[in-house]
Amino acid sequence: MRNIWTICRKELGSYFVSPIAYLLLTVSGVVSGFFFWVLLSGFVIEGMEMQMRGESFPMNINEQIIRPLLMNIGVIFLFFLPLITMRLFAEEKRSGTIELLATSPVRDLEIILGKWFAALTLYACMLLMPALDFIFLFVYGKPDWKPVAVGYLGLLLLGGLFLAIGTFISTLTKNQIIAAAVTFAVCLLLWVMEWTTNFESGNWADVLGYISVITHFDSFAKGVIESKDVVFYLTGIFVGLFATARSLESLRWRS
Amino acid sequence: MIAVKELTKRYARTTAVDRISFSVEKGQIVGFLGPNGAGKTTTMRVLTCFLPPSAGTATVAGFDVLDQPREVKRRIGYLPETPPLYPEMATSEYLRFVGKLKGLSGAELDKRVDYVCGRCFISDVRQKLLGKLSKGYRQRVGLAQAIIHNPEVLILDEPTAGLDPKQINETRDLIRSLAGDHTIILSTHILPEVEQTCEQVIIINKGKLVATDSVHNLQARTRGVESVVLEVAGRDGELETELVQQKLEQIPGVAHVLHKDSRDHHLVFEVQSQKGQLVRGDLARAVVASGWDLNELRAAGMSLEEIFLELTGGEKAAEAKDAAVQATEPAETTPNSSETQA
Repeated sequence: MRNIWTICRKELGSYFVSPIAYLLLTVSGVVSGFFFWVLLSGFVIEGMEMQMRGESFPMNINEQIIRPLLMNIGVIFLFFLPLITMRLFAEEKRSGTIELLATSPVRDLEIILGKWFAALTLYACMLLMPALDFIFLFVYGKPDWKPVAVGYLGLLLLGGLFLAIGTFISTLTKNQIIAAAVTFAVCLLLWVMEWTTNFESGNWADVLGYISVITHFDSFAKGVIESKDVVFYLTGIFVGLFATARSLESLRWRS
Repeated sequence: MIAVKELTKRYARTTAVDRISFSVEKGQIVGFLGPNGAGKTTTMRVLTCFLPPSAGTATVAGFDVLDQPREVKRRIGYLPETPPLYPEMATSEYLRFVGKLKGLSGAELDKRVDYVCGRCFISDVRQKLLGKLSKGYRQRVGLAQAIIHNPEVLILDEPTAGLDPKQINETRDLIRSLAGDHTIILSTHILPEVEQTCEQVIIINKGKLVATDSVHNLQARTRGVESVVLEVAGRDGELETELVQQKLEQIPGVAHVLHKDSRDHHLVFEVQSQKGQLVRGDLARAVVASGWDLNELRAAGMSLEEIFLELTGGEKAAEAKDAAVQATEPAETTPNSSETQA
Protein backbone atom coordinates (compact mmCIF):
# COMPACT_ATOMS: atom_id res chain seq x y z
CA MET A 1 0.00 0.00 0.00
CA ARG A 2 2.81 2.35 0.98
CA ASN A 3 4.63 1.53 -2.24
CA ILE A 4 1.56 2.38 -4.30
CA TRP A 5 1.43 5.78 -2.64
CA THR A 6 5.17 6.33 -3.17
CA ILE A 7 4.93 5.58 -6.87
CA CYS A 8 1.69 7.50 -7.29
CA ARG A 9 3.21 10.61 -5.73
CA LYS A 10 6.31 10.34 -7.86
CA GLU A 11 4.21 10.05 -11.03
CA LEU A 12 2.02 13.00 -10.05
CA GLY A 13 5.19 14.98 -9.43
CA SER A 14 6.38 14.10 -12.92
CA TYR A 15 3.09 15.23 -14.43
CA PHE A 16 3.07 18.53 -12.63
CA VAL A 17 6.69 19.52 -13.19
CA SER A 18 6.31 18.92 -16.90
CA PRO A 19 4.03 21.13 -19.01
CA ILE A 20 1.73 18.21 -19.81
CA ALA A 21 -0.50 18.55 -16.75
CA TYR A 22 -0.98 22.28 -17.24
CA LEU A 23 -1.54 21.84 -20.94
CA LEU A 24 -4.23 19.24 -20.37
CA LEU A 25 -5.92 21.29 -17.65
CA THR A 26 -5.93 24.39 -19.82
CA VAL A 27 -7.19 22.64 -22.91
CA SER A 28 -9.96 20.83 -21.03
CA GLY A 29 -10.98 24.10 -19.40
CA VAL A 30 -11.11 25.96 -22.71
CA VAL A 31 -12.89 23.24 -24.66
CA SER A 32 -15.48 22.44 -22.00
CA GLY A 33 -15.96 26.17 -21.52
CA PHE A 34 -16.73 26.53 -25.21
CA PHE A 35 -19.26 23.69 -25.16
CA PHE A 36 -20.83 25.21 -22.07
CA TRP A 37 -21.13 28.58 -23.73
CA VAL A 38 -22.74 27.07 -26.85
CA LEU A 39 -25.22 25.02 -24.84
CA LEU A 40 -26.04 27.84 -22.49
CA SER A 41 -26.61 30.31 -25.35
CA GLY A 42 -28.95 27.84 -27.03
CA PHE A 43 -30.78 27.36 -23.77
CA VAL A 44 -31.18 31.11 -23.19
CA ILE A 45 -32.37 31.84 -26.73
CA GLU A 46 -34.89 29.02 -26.62
CA GLY A 47 -36.18 30.34 -23.30
CA MET A 48 -36.63 33.83 -24.71
CA GLU A 49 -38.42 32.55 -27.82
CA MET A 50 -40.84 30.58 -25.69
CA GLN A 51 -41.59 33.63 -23.60
CA MET A 52 -42.27 35.69 -26.73
CA ARG A 53 -44.66 33.08 -28.02
CA GLY A 54 -46.29 32.96 -24.65
CA GLU A 55 -45.78 29.25 -24.26
CA SER A 56 -44.53 27.77 -21.06
CA PHE A 57 -42.79 24.48 -21.69
CA PRO A 58 -40.89 23.23 -18.70
CA MET A 59 -37.24 24.08 -19.19
CA ASN A 60 -34.72 21.89 -17.46
CA ILE A 61 -31.07 22.85 -16.91
CA ASN A 62 -30.16 19.29 -16.09
CA GLU A 63 -31.68 17.90 -19.25
CA GLN A 64 -30.68 20.64 -21.64
CA ILE A 65 -27.25 21.76 -20.45
CA ILE A 66 -25.65 19.40 -17.97
CA ARG A 67 -26.46 16.13 -19.69
CA PRO A 68 -25.22 17.07 -23.17
CA LEU A 69 -22.21 18.80 -21.64
CA LEU A 70 -21.22 15.67 -19.75
CA MET A 71 -21.59 13.60 -22.92
CA ASN A 72 -19.41 16.05 -24.83
CA ILE A 73 -16.78 16.08 -22.15
CA GLY A 74 -16.68 12.30 -22.31
CA VAL A 75 -15.94 12.49 -26.04
CA ILE A 76 -13.30 15.22 -25.77
CA PHE A 77 -11.45 13.45 -23.01
CA LEU A 78 -11.23 10.41 -25.22
CA PHE A 79 -8.70 12.44 -27.20
CA PHE A 80 -6.74 13.60 -24.16
CA LEU A 81 -6.43 10.46 -22.08
CA PRO A 82 -3.83 8.80 -24.33
CA LEU A 83 -1.63 11.81 -23.60
CA ILE A 84 -1.79 10.99 -19.91
CA THR A 85 -1.01 7.31 -20.15
CA MET A 86 1.47 7.25 -23.03
CA ARG A 87 4.49 7.98 -20.87
CA LEU A 88 3.68 5.71 -17.92
CA PHE A 89 5.75 2.73 -18.98
CA ALA A 90 7.08 3.67 -22.42
CA GLU A 91 9.25 6.37 -20.89
CA GLU A 92 10.60 4.07 -18.19
CA LYS A 93 11.46 1.50 -20.81
CA ARG A 94 13.22 4.00 -23.02
CA SER A 95 15.27 5.63 -20.28
CA GLY A 96 16.09 2.39 -18.50
CA THR A 97 14.53 3.45 -15.22
CA ILE A 98 12.30 0.39 -15.46
CA GLU A 99 15.37 -1.48 -14.22
CA LEU A 100 15.22 0.48 -10.99
CA LEU A 101 11.57 -0.34 -10.42
CA ALA A 102 11.96 -3.97 -11.43
CA THR A 103 14.92 -4.53 -9.11
CA SER A 104 13.31 -2.81 -6.12
CA PRO A 105 11.39 -4.87 -3.59
CA VAL A 106 7.98 -3.79 -4.86
CA ARG A 107 5.34 -5.89 -6.56
CA ASP A 108 4.46 -5.32 -10.19
CA LEU A 109 0.89 -4.71 -9.10
CA GLU A 110 1.99 -1.92 -6.78
CA ILE A 111 3.87 -0.23 -9.61
CA ILE A 112 0.86 -0.52 -11.92
CA LEU A 113 -1.70 0.69 -9.39
CA GLY A 114 0.55 3.57 -8.35
CA LYS A 115 0.86 4.74 -11.92
CA TRP A 116 -2.81 4.22 -12.70
CA PHE A 117 -3.92 6.15 -9.62
CA ALA A 118 -1.61 9.00 -10.58
CA ALA A 119 -3.13 9.09 -14.06
CA LEU A 120 -6.62 8.93 -12.56
CA THR A 121 -5.83 11.81 -10.22
CA LEU A 122 -4.66 14.00 -13.07
CA TYR A 123 -7.80 13.05 -14.98
CA ALA A 124 -9.92 13.97 -11.95
CA CYS A 125 -8.21 17.37 -11.92
CA MET A 126 -9.17 17.75 -15.58
CA LEU A 127 -12.77 17.01 -14.64
CA LEU A 128 -12.69 19.88 -12.18
CA MET A 129 -12.29 22.35 -15.05
CA PRO A 130 -15.88 21.90 -16.40
CA ALA A 131 -17.03 21.99 -12.79
CA LEU A 132 -16.13 25.69 -12.86
CA ASP A 133 -18.83 26.07 -15.53
CA PHE A 134 -21.38 24.21 -13.45
CA ILE A 135 -20.82 26.64 -10.58
CA PHE A 136 -22.51 29.36 -12.67
CA LEU A 137 -25.54 27.11 -13.17
CA PHE A 138 -25.83 26.60 -9.45
CA VAL A 139 -25.38 30.31 -8.75
CA TYR A 140 -28.02 31.52 -11.24
CA GLY A 141 -30.29 28.50 -11.49
CA LYS A 142 -31.54 25.61 -9.46
CA PRO A 143 -30.32 22.45 -11.14
CA ASP A 144 -30.48 19.17 -9.30
CA TRP A 145 -26.98 18.38 -7.99
CA LYS A 146 -27.45 14.61 -7.84
CA PRO A 147 -27.41 13.96 -11.62
CA VAL A 148 -24.25 16.07 -11.81
CA ALA A 149 -22.58 13.92 -9.17
CA VAL A 150 -23.71 10.74 -10.89
CA GLY A 151 -22.48 12.10 -14.23
CA TYR A 152 -19.11 12.76 -12.64
CA LEU A 153 -18.99 9.25 -11.24
CA GLY A 154 -19.66 7.96 -14.75
CA LEU A 155 -16.92 10.12 -16.26
CA LEU A 156 -14.52 8.88 -13.61
CA LEU A 157 -15.34 5.24 -14.35
CA LEU A 158 -15.19 5.80 -18.09
CA GLY A 159 -11.84 7.57 -17.76
CA GLY A 160 -10.55 4.90 -15.42
CA LEU A 161 -11.28 2.32 -18.10
CA PHE A 162 -9.51 4.29 -20.82
CA LEU A 163 -6.56 4.91 -18.51
CA ALA A 164 -6.29 1.20 -17.75
CA ILE A 165 -6.26 0.43 -21.47
CA GLY A 166 -3.68 3.17 -22.04
CA THR A 167 -1.49 1.89 -19.21
CA PHE A 168 -1.53 -1.54 -20.79
CA ILE A 169 -0.62 -0.24 -24.24
CA SER A 170 2.18 1.85 -22.74
CA THR A 171 3.88 -1.34 -21.55
CA LEU A 172 4.00 -2.66 -25.10
CA THR A 173 6.31 -0.07 -26.62
CA LYS A 174 9.25 2.21 -25.88
CA ASN A 175 7.79 4.91 -28.08
CA GLN A 176 5.36 7.33 -26.46
CA ILE A 177 3.86 8.47 -29.74
CA ILE A 178 3.02 4.90 -30.69
CA ALA A 179 1.57 4.30 -27.24
CA ALA A 180 -0.66 7.37 -27.56
CA ALA A 181 -1.77 6.60 -31.12
CA VAL A 182 -2.64 2.98 -30.42
CA THR A 183 -4.44 3.89 -27.21
CA PHE A 184 -6.48 6.47 -29.06
CA ALA A 185 -7.37 4.02 -31.81
CA VAL A 186 -8.44 1.33 -29.37
CA CYS A 187 -10.50 3.72 -27.25
CA LEU A 188 -12.14 5.19 -30.31
CA LEU A 189 -13.09 1.75 -31.62
CA LEU A 190 -14.53 0.83 -28.24
CA TRP A 191 -16.46 4.07 -28.38
CA VAL A 192 -18.04 3.66 -31.82
CA MET A 193 -18.65 -0.08 -31.50
CA GLU A 194 -22.35 0.47 -30.88
CA TRP A 195 -22.81 2.07 -34.32
CA THR A 196 -22.92 -1.49 -35.62
CA THR A 197 -26.30 -1.86 -33.93
CA ASN A 198 -27.66 0.62 -36.49
CA PHE A 199 -27.42 -1.87 -39.36
CA GLU A 200 -26.70 -5.19 -37.67
CA SER A 201 -28.94 -7.18 -35.45
CA GLY A 202 -28.73 -10.48 -33.67
CA ASN A 203 -26.28 -11.82 -31.12
CA TRP A 204 -23.22 -10.38 -32.78
CA ALA A 205 -24.56 -6.85 -32.72
CA ASP A 206 -25.71 -7.30 -29.13
CA VAL A 207 -22.20 -8.22 -28.06
CA LEU A 208 -20.62 -5.31 -29.93
CA GLY A 209 -23.23 -2.97 -28.55
CA TYR A 210 -22.51 -4.19 -25.06
CA ILE A 211 -18.75 -3.78 -25.42
CA SER A 212 -19.19 -0.21 -26.60
CA VAL A 213 -18.21 2.04 -23.74
CA ILE A 214 -20.64 4.81 -24.66
CA THR A 215 -23.84 2.82 -24.23
CA HIS A 216 -22.91 2.32 -20.60
CA PHE A 217 -22.26 5.98 -20.10
CA ASP A 218 -25.79 7.03 -21.16
CA SER A 219 -27.39 6.09 -17.88
CA PHE A 220 -24.78 8.04 -15.89
CA ALA A 221 -25.35 11.12 -18.03
CA LYS A 222 -29.07 10.80 -17.29
CA GLY A 223 -28.24 10.73 -13.61
CA VAL A 224 -29.02 7.07 -13.08
CA ILE A 225 -26.59 4.65 -11.48
CA GLU A 226 -27.19 1.30 -13.10
CA SER A 227 -25.31 -1.49 -11.41
CA LYS A 228 -24.74 -3.30 -14.69
CA ASP A 229 -22.93 -0.27 -16.08
CA VAL A 230 -20.84 0.14 -12.94
CA VAL A 231 -19.93 -3.53 -13.18
CA PHE A 232 -19.04 -3.08 -16.86
CA TYR A 233 -16.58 -0.28 -16.15
CA LEU A 234 -15.05 -1.94 -13.10
CA THR A 235 -14.60 -5.16 -15.07
CA GLY A 236 -12.99 -3.22 -17.89
CA ILE A 237 -10.59 -1.50 -15.50
CA PHE A 238 -9.71 -4.82 -13.93
CA VAL A 239 -9.08 -6.45 -17.32
CA GLY A 240 -6.91 -3.54 -18.44
CA LEU A 241 -4.78 -3.55 -15.30
CA PHE A 242 -4.57 -7.33 -15.33
CA ALA A 243 -3.29 -7.25 -18.91
CA THR A 244 -0.77 -4.62 -17.81
CA ALA A 245 0.50 -6.92 -15.07
CA ARG A 246 0.86 -9.83 -17.48
CA SER A 247 2.60 -7.64 -20.02
CA LEU A 248 5.01 -6.26 -17.42
CA GLU A 249 5.84 -9.76 -16.29
CA SER A 250 6.39 -10.96 -19.83
CA LEU A 251 8.82 -8.09 -20.46
CA ARG A 252 11.30 -9.90 -18.28
CA TRP A 253 10.91 -13.17 -20.10
CA ARG A 254 10.97 -11.67 -23.55
CA SER A 255 13.65 -8.99 -23.42
CA MET B 1 27.04 -14.69 -0.35
CA ILE B 2 26.41 -15.16 -4.04
CA ALA B 3 26.31 -18.58 -5.62
CA VAL B 4 25.75 -19.11 -9.32
CA LYS B 5 25.41 -22.62 -10.65
CA GLU B 6 25.33 -23.64 -14.29
CA LEU B 7 23.59 -20.40 -15.12
CA THR B 8 22.36 -20.15 -18.69
CA LYS B 9 20.45 -17.33 -20.32
CA ARG B 10 19.18 -17.70 -23.85
CA TYR B 11 17.57 -14.97 -25.88
CA ALA B 12 15.53 -15.66 -28.97
CA ARG B 13 18.47 -16.58 -31.16
CA THR B 14 21.59 -16.25 -29.07
CA THR B 15 22.87 -17.75 -25.87
CA ALA B 16 24.13 -14.80 -23.88
CA VAL B 17 25.36 -16.74 -20.89
CA ASP B 18 26.35 -20.38 -21.16
CA ARG B 19 26.56 -22.56 -18.03
CA ILE B 20 28.45 -20.17 -15.79
CA SER B 21 29.26 -21.16 -12.22
CA PHE B 22 30.98 -19.08 -9.60
CA SER B 23 30.60 -17.99 -6.03
CA VAL B 24 31.46 -14.86 -4.12
CA GLU B 25 32.31 -14.68 -0.44
CA LYS B 26 30.94 -12.06 1.93
CA GLY B 27 32.79 -8.74 1.90
CA GLN B 28 34.70 -9.40 -1.31
CA ILE B 29 35.03 -7.12 -4.32
CA VAL B 30 34.80 -9.17 -7.46
CA GLY B 31 35.62 -7.88 -10.89
CA PHE B 32 33.56 -9.19 -13.74
CA LEU B 33 35.80 -8.92 -16.72
CA GLY B 34 35.10 -9.48 -20.37
CA PRO B 35 34.91 -7.75 -23.72
CA ASN B 36 31.72 -6.01 -24.77
CA GLY B 37 28.93 -8.47 -25.40
CA ALA B 38 30.51 -11.16 -23.25
CA GLY B 39 27.40 -11.57 -21.11
CA LYS B 40 28.38 -9.44 -18.13
CA THR B 41 25.25 -7.33 -18.10
CA THR B 42 23.02 -10.35 -18.64
CA THR B 43 24.55 -12.18 -15.69
CA MET B 44 24.09 -9.13 -13.50
CA ARG B 45 20.49 -8.75 -14.60
CA VAL B 46 19.81 -12.32 -13.59
CA LEU B 47 21.41 -11.71 -10.19
CA THR B 48 19.22 -8.63 -9.65
CA CYS B 49 16.06 -10.55 -10.62
CA PHE B 50 15.53 -8.33 -13.63
CA LEU B 51 15.79 -11.29 -15.99
CA PRO B 52 14.95 -14.86 -15.12
CA PRO B 53 17.57 -17.50 -15.94
CA SER B 54 16.83 -19.96 -18.75
CA ALA B 55 18.54 -22.73 -16.81
CA GLY B 56 20.64 -23.11 -13.72
CA THR B 57 20.29 -21.33 -10.41
CA ALA B 58 21.53 -18.17 -8.79
CA THR B 59 21.22 -17.40 -5.10
CA VAL B 60 21.96 -14.20 -3.25
CA ALA B 61 22.39 -14.40 0.53
CA GLY B 62 20.78 -17.83 0.38
CA PHE B 63 17.68 -16.69 -1.50
CA ASP B 64 16.96 -17.95 -4.99
CA VAL B 65 16.39 -15.27 -7.62
CA LEU B 66 13.40 -17.14 -9.04
CA ASP B 67 11.70 -18.35 -5.86
CA GLN B 68 12.22 -15.41 -3.52
CA PRO B 69 12.91 -12.39 -5.69
CA ARG B 70 11.63 -9.92 -3.10
CA GLU B 71 14.08 -11.14 -0.49
CA VAL B 72 16.89 -10.93 -3.03
CA LYS B 73 15.88 -7.44 -4.17
CA ARG B 74 15.79 -6.22 -0.58
CA ARG B 75 19.44 -7.20 -0.19
CA ILE B 76 20.76 -5.90 -3.48
CA GLY B 77 21.82 -2.47 -4.62
CA TYR B 78 22.08 -2.23 -8.38
CA LEU B 79 23.63 0.34 -10.66
CA PRO B 80 22.72 -0.48 -14.27
CA GLU B 81 24.91 0.54 -17.15
CA THR B 82 22.99 3.77 -17.58
CA PRO B 83 22.06 5.17 -14.17
CA PRO B 84 18.25 4.90 -13.82
CA LEU B 85 17.56 8.58 -13.20
CA TYR B 86 14.38 10.57 -13.71
CA PRO B 87 15.51 13.81 -15.36
CA GLU B 88 12.61 15.82 -13.93
CA MET B 89 13.45 15.02 -10.30
CA ALA B 90 15.92 16.79 -8.03
CA THR B 91 18.75 14.73 -6.56
CA SER B 92 17.49 14.58 -2.97
CA GLU B 93 13.91 14.03 -4.10
CA TYR B 94 15.07 11.14 -6.26
CA LEU B 95 17.12 9.57 -3.48
CA ARG B 96 14.15 9.82 -1.13
CA PHE B 97 11.96 8.15 -3.74
CA VAL B 98 14.39 5.27 -4.21
CA GLY B 99 14.85 4.96 -0.45
CA LYS B 100 11.10 4.62 0.01
CA LEU B 101 10.93 2.01 -2.74
CA LYS B 102 13.60 0.04 -0.92
CA GLY B 103 11.56 0.20 2.28
CA LEU B 104 13.11 3.08 4.22
CA SER B 105 11.01 5.70 5.97
CA GLY B 106 10.98 8.56 8.44
CA ALA B 107 14.14 9.62 10.24
CA GLU B 108 16.06 6.66 8.90
CA LEU B 109 15.38 7.75 5.34
CA ASP B 110 16.59 11.30 6.06
CA LYS B 111 19.70 9.92 7.69
CA ARG B 112 20.51 7.60 4.80
CA VAL B 113 19.96 10.34 2.20
CA ASP B 114 22.37 12.62 4.05
CA TYR B 115 24.82 9.78 4.44
CA VAL B 116 24.91 8.69 0.78
CA CYS B 117 25.10 12.30 -0.40
CA GLY B 118 28.22 12.76 1.69
CA ARG B 119 29.63 9.42 0.76
CA CYS B 120 29.22 9.88 -2.98
CA PHE B 121 30.20 13.57 -3.02
CA ILE B 122 26.89 14.83 -4.34
CA SER B 123 25.93 17.13 -1.47
CA ASP B 124 26.48 20.19 -3.66
CA VAL B 125 23.91 19.07 -6.25
CA ARG B 126 21.15 17.99 -3.86
CA GLN B 127 18.68 20.56 -5.14
CA LYS B 128 19.62 20.28 -8.80
CA LEU B 129 17.50 18.49 -11.36
CA LEU B 130 18.98 15.17 -12.41
CA GLY B 131 18.51 16.05 -16.08
CA LYS B 132 20.89 18.96 -15.66
CA LEU B 133 23.71 17.00 -14.03
CA SER B 134 26.97 16.17 -15.79
CA LYS B 135 27.81 12.58 -16.62
CA GLY B 136 30.11 12.25 -13.61
CA TYR B 137 27.46 13.45 -11.20
CA ARG B 138 24.83 11.25 -12.80
CA GLN B 139 27.05 8.24 -12.27
CA ARG B 140 27.61 9.18 -8.63
CA VAL B 141 23.91 9.71 -8.02
CA GLY B 142 23.44 6.28 -9.56
CA LEU B 143 25.90 4.85 -7.09
CA ALA B 144 24.21 6.71 -4.24
CA GLN B 145 20.83 5.21 -5.13
CA ALA B 146 22.41 1.75 -5.17
CA ILE B 147 23.70 2.03 -1.59
CA ILE B 148 20.81 4.00 -0.11
CA HIS B 149 19.30 1.05 1.74
CA ASN B 150 22.69 -0.25 2.88
CA PRO B 151 22.37 -3.49 0.90
CA GLU B 152 24.47 -6.54 1.63
CA VAL B 153 25.30 -6.98 -2.04
CA LEU B 154 26.19 -4.28 -4.52
CA ILE B 155 26.04 -4.97 -8.23
CA LEU B 156 27.64 -2.30 -10.37
CA ASP B 157 27.55 -2.47 -14.15
CA GLU B 158 30.51 -0.54 -15.53
CA PRO B 159 30.50 2.04 -12.75
CA THR B 160 33.32 4.09 -14.27
CA ALA B 161 32.16 4.13 -17.88
CA GLY B 162 32.12 7.62 -19.35
CA LEU B 163 33.87 9.34 -16.47
CA ASP B 164 36.96 11.50 -16.74
CA PRO B 165 40.22 10.18 -15.24
CA LYS B 166 39.85 12.11 -12.01
CA GLN B 167 36.30 10.92 -11.52
CA ILE B 168 37.35 7.37 -12.34
CA ASN B 169 39.89 7.45 -9.52
CA GLU B 170 37.38 8.94 -7.11
CA THR B 171 34.80 6.34 -8.02
CA ARG B 172 37.29 3.51 -7.59
CA ASP B 173 38.30 4.85 -4.18
CA LEU B 174 34.65 5.09 -3.28
CA ILE B 175 33.98 1.50 -4.34
CA ARG B 176 37.02 0.26 -2.45
CA SER B 177 35.86 2.08 0.65
CA LEU B 178 32.48 0.37 0.40
CA ALA B 179 34.02 -3.10 0.54
CA GLY B 180 33.90 -4.87 3.83
CA ASP B 181 30.38 -3.74 4.66
CA HIS B 182 29.15 -4.81 1.26
CA THR B 183 29.86 -7.65 -1.10
CA ILE B 184 30.50 -6.03 -4.45
CA ILE B 185 30.38 -7.30 -7.99
CA LEU B 186 31.47 -4.82 -10.60
CA SER B 187 31.74 -5.37 -14.31
CA THR B 188 34.27 -3.76 -16.57
CA HIS B 189 36.22 -4.28 -19.72
CA ILE B 190 39.16 -2.28 -18.42
CA LEU B 191 41.86 -4.45 -16.92
CA PRO B 192 43.67 -1.92 -14.68
CA GLU B 193 40.35 -1.19 -13.06
CA VAL B 194 40.16 -4.75 -11.86
CA GLU B 195 43.74 -4.69 -10.68
CA GLN B 196 43.13 -1.53 -8.71
CA THR B 197 39.81 -2.29 -7.11
CA CYS B 198 39.12 -5.99 -6.98
CA GLU B 199 40.34 -8.94 -5.02
CA GLN B 200 38.81 -11.60 -7.18
CA VAL B 201 38.33 -11.74 -10.93
CA ILE B 202 35.81 -13.59 -13.01
CA ILE B 203 36.64 -13.51 -16.69
CA ILE B 204 33.98 -14.38 -19.23
CA ASN B 205 34.00 -14.30 -22.97
CA LYS B 206 31.17 -15.00 -25.38
CA GLY B 207 28.99 -16.16 -22.54
CA LYS B 208 31.44 -18.69 -21.21
CA LEU B 209 33.55 -18.63 -18.11
CA VAL B 210 37.21 -18.31 -19.00
CA ALA B 211 38.71 -18.09 -15.53
CA THR B 212 38.00 -17.24 -11.95
CA ASP B 213 41.01 -16.34 -9.88
CA SER B 214 42.34 -13.83 -7.43
CA VAL B 215 43.89 -10.70 -8.89
CA HIS B 216 47.16 -11.64 -7.24
CA ASN B 217 47.35 -14.98 -9.04
CA LEU B 218 46.29 -13.45 -12.30
CA GLN B 219 49.05 -10.91 -12.13
CA ALA B 220 51.57 -13.58 -11.21
CA ARG B 221 50.51 -15.56 -14.23
CA THR B 222 50.97 -12.72 -16.61
CA ARG B 223 53.82 -10.90 -14.93
CA GLY B 224 57.30 -11.10 -16.37
CA VAL B 225 56.18 -10.75 -19.94
CA GLU B 226 57.17 -7.45 -21.41
CA SER B 227 55.18 -5.99 -24.22
CA VAL B 228 56.82 -3.19 -26.15
CA VAL B 229 55.64 -0.98 -28.96
CA LEU B 230 58.42 0.04 -31.30
CA GLU B 231 58.48 2.49 -34.17
CA VAL B 232 61.36 2.26 -36.61
CA ALA B 233 62.17 4.50 -39.55
CA GLY B 234 64.76 4.13 -42.26
CA ARG B 235 67.47 6.75 -42.61
CA ASP B 236 66.78 7.42 -46.26
CA GLY B 237 63.35 6.22 -47.19
CA GLU B 238 62.89 2.58 -48.01
CA LEU B 239 62.83 0.08 -45.21
CA GLU B 240 61.96 -3.57 -45.68
CA THR B 241 59.45 -4.86 -43.22
CA GLU B 242 60.61 -8.42 -43.27
CA LEU B 243 64.21 -7.47 -42.78
CA VAL B 244 63.44 -5.48 -39.67
CA GLN B 245 61.15 -8.14 -38.35
CA GLN B 246 63.82 -10.82 -38.78
CA LYS B 247 66.36 -8.64 -37.07
CA LEU B 248 64.09 -8.09 -34.10
CA GLU B 249 63.19 -11.73 -33.81
CA GLN B 250 66.84 -12.66 -33.60
CA ILE B 251 67.30 -10.66 -30.41
CA PRO B 252 67.55 -13.08 -27.49
CA GLY B 253 64.55 -13.01 -25.18
CA VAL B 254 62.07 -11.89 -27.83
CA ALA B 255 59.09 -14.19 -28.14
CA HIS B 256 56.91 -12.61 -30.79
CA VAL B 257 57.20 -9.71 -33.15
CA LEU B 258 54.00 -8.34 -34.61
CA HIS B 259 53.99 -5.93 -37.51
CA LYS B 260 51.27 -3.49 -36.61
CA ASP B 261 51.41 -0.61 -39.00
CA SER B 262 53.52 1.11 -41.61
CA ARG B 263 53.18 4.66 -42.84
CA ASP B 264 55.65 6.81 -44.78
CA HIS B 265 58.51 4.37 -44.20
CA HIS B 266 57.75 4.24 -40.50
CA LEU B 267 57.21 0.73 -39.25
CA VAL B 268 55.40 -0.02 -36.02
CA PHE B 269 55.97 -3.34 -34.27
CA GLU B 270 54.70 -4.86 -31.11
CA VAL B 271 57.29 -7.02 -29.47
CA GLN B 272 56.63 -9.49 -26.70
CA SER B 273 59.37 -10.84 -24.52
CA GLN B 274 59.66 -14.31 -23.13
CA LYS B 275 58.76 -14.78 -19.50
CA GLY B 276 61.17 -13.05 -17.17
CA GLN B 277 63.14 -11.32 -19.92
CA LEU B 278 63.58 -7.60 -20.30
CA VAL B 279 64.27 -6.70 -23.89
CA ARG B 280 63.79 -2.97 -24.22
CA GLY B 281 67.47 -2.09 -24.01
CA ASP B 282 68.44 -4.77 -26.50
CA LEU B 283 65.76 -3.66 -28.90
CA ALA B 284 66.98 -0.08 -28.86
CA ARG B 285 70.59 -1.12 -29.37
CA ALA B 286 69.72 -3.47 -32.22
CA VAL B 287 67.75 -0.83 -34.08
CA VAL B 288 70.40 1.83 -33.72
CA ALA B 289 73.20 -0.59 -34.59
CA SER B 290 71.45 -1.43 -37.85
CA GLY B 291 71.51 2.19 -38.83
CA TRP B 292 67.77 2.81 -38.48
CA ASP B 293 66.03 5.55 -36.57
CA LEU B 294 64.30 4.63 -33.35
CA ASN B 295 61.27 6.90 -33.29
CA GLU B 296 59.38 5.42 -30.42
CA LEU B 297 59.84 2.78 -27.78
CA ARG B 298 57.26 2.30 -25.08
CA ALA B 299 55.88 -0.39 -22.84
CA ALA B 300 52.44 -1.49 -23.97
CA GLY B 301 50.01 -2.58 -21.27
CA MET B 302 48.64 -6.06 -21.26
CA SER B 303 45.39 -5.90 -23.11
CA LEU B 304 42.49 -8.00 -22.07
CA GLU B 305 42.92 -10.08 -25.17
CA GLU B 306 46.48 -10.91 -24.27
CA ILE B 307 45.39 -11.90 -20.82
CA PHE B 308 42.91 -14.24 -22.45
CA LEU B 309 45.68 -15.66 -24.58
CA GLU B 310 47.89 -16.05 -21.55
CA LEU B 311 45.17 -17.72 -19.59
CA THR B 312 44.17 -20.14 -22.27
CA GLY B 313 47.54 -21.80 -22.48
CA GLY B 314 51.02 -21.11 -23.87
CA GLU B 315 51.29 -22.91 -27.18
CA LYS B 316 47.75 -22.30 -28.21
CA ALA B 317 48.32 -18.68 -27.42
CA ALA B 318 51.30 -18.60 -29.73
CA GLU B 319 49.30 -20.17 -32.52
CA ALA B 320 46.49 -17.76 -31.97
CA LYS B 321 48.94 -14.93 -31.95
CA ASP B 322 50.38 -16.00 -35.31
CA ALA B 323 46.91 -16.34 -36.68
CA ALA B 324 46.17 -12.88 -35.43
CA VAL B 325 48.95 -11.49 -37.58
CA GLN B 326 47.12 -12.61 -40.69
CA ALA B 327 43.62 -11.96 -39.51
CA THR B 328 42.40 -8.43 -39.66
CA GLU B 329 40.37 -8.82 -36.52
CA PRO B 330 42.44 -10.38 -33.77
CA ALA B 331 39.41 -10.59 -31.52
CA GLU B 332 38.04 -13.33 -33.75
CA THR B 333 40.89 -15.64 -32.90
CA THR B 334 40.56 -15.50 -29.15
CA PRO B 335 40.51 -19.17 -28.28
CA ASN B 336 37.39 -19.49 -26.23
CA SER B 337 37.20 -23.20 -26.89
CA SER B 338 39.71 -24.02 -24.20
CA GLU B 339 38.31 -23.18 -20.85
CA THR B 340 40.56 -23.15 -17.89
CA GLN B 341 38.99 -22.96 -14.54
CA ALA B 342 41.10 -22.26 -11.54
